[in-house]
Amino acid sequence: MAKLKVEDLKKIKESMKGTVNIRQGDYRVKITVHMGTCGIAAGARKLMTALLEKLEKSGATDIILTSSGCAGLCNHEPMITVEMTDSAPVKYVKLDPDKVARIFDEHVIGGHPVAEYALAVGSETTY
Amino acid sequence: MQDLSLHILDIAENATQAGATLIEIDISEDTDKDLLEISIRDNGKGMDAEMLKHATDPFVTTRTTRRVGMGLPLLQQAARETGGDLRITSESGKGTRVVATFQESHIDRRPLGDMGATLTTLIMGNPDRDFVYTSSLREEAVEVDTRSIRKELDGAMGINDPAVIRLIRDLFRKRED
Repeated sequence: MAKLKVEDLKKIKESMKGTVNIRQGDYRVKITVHMGTCGIAAGARKLMTALLEKLEKSGATDIILTSSGCAGLCNHEPMITVEMTDSAPVKYVKLDPDKVARIFDEHVIGGHPVAEYALAVGSETTY
Repeated sequence: MQDLSLHILDIAENATQAGATLIEIDISEDTDKDLLEISIRDNGKGMDAEMLKHATDPFVTTRTTRRVGMGLPLLQQAARETGGDLRITSESGKGTRVVATFQESHIDRRPLGDMGATLTTLIMGNPDRDFVYTSSLREEAVEVDTRSIRKELDGAMGINDPAVIRLIRDLFRKRED
């Protein structure tokens, strides 16, 4: 049976020493993957896996990656929401792992939302 | 849902929505009886007898974002397609247990799928909850208990730290795609 080894945990704990772990407190960006039944069936877990890899590679400690339930827009799934301090949250729709990788690079790291994947730009829509 | 690990993710997400602080996922098999059993137990708010009666009705949900709840009916269907079934026991204020049984060798029995992705997704999304995962399957036997990991980390880093998540992920051999 595969189990976590205490030594492995100790090792990563040791490597963290001296660094400030913002992940447990304040953050600059919050990424939420919508993980309702609709999102899961449409492929939301793949987005979470892809974002985890991007997050790990970036080494950033001021980004929170989390999940939430259904947002009520099931036909637009899979979706994520990117919230940055001091700017409006952006909901991205009908995503795949490649699209979230681009959103991570351009929006989360670069600060520029990827308009073509967003649900809407501006505050009013007619659909 | 393509595989069982996605169903498990969905039901466990329900448990977190029900305010559970501990979610226990157990997968076992009985090779003599050709039986596969998935149990998801939580200590959330539970359901009263009336709600429990309608739990697998897709048009009953407590959610306000939409009017249908497909999670349990979909799992029930997946189980019944193999000659198995879904049992739910629940007590208001105490928690809920969902048990799905499958004929393991049945042609319509969906594959287990990527349980590592399911578990790490649950932990990432709910770092304040505890998950105990036990699978004694021949194809992939794994045990993860976030309570003991948390104790070992002792506040030095979060359970949702990518380095911790990586360790958990590497316990599982299966990967989707």
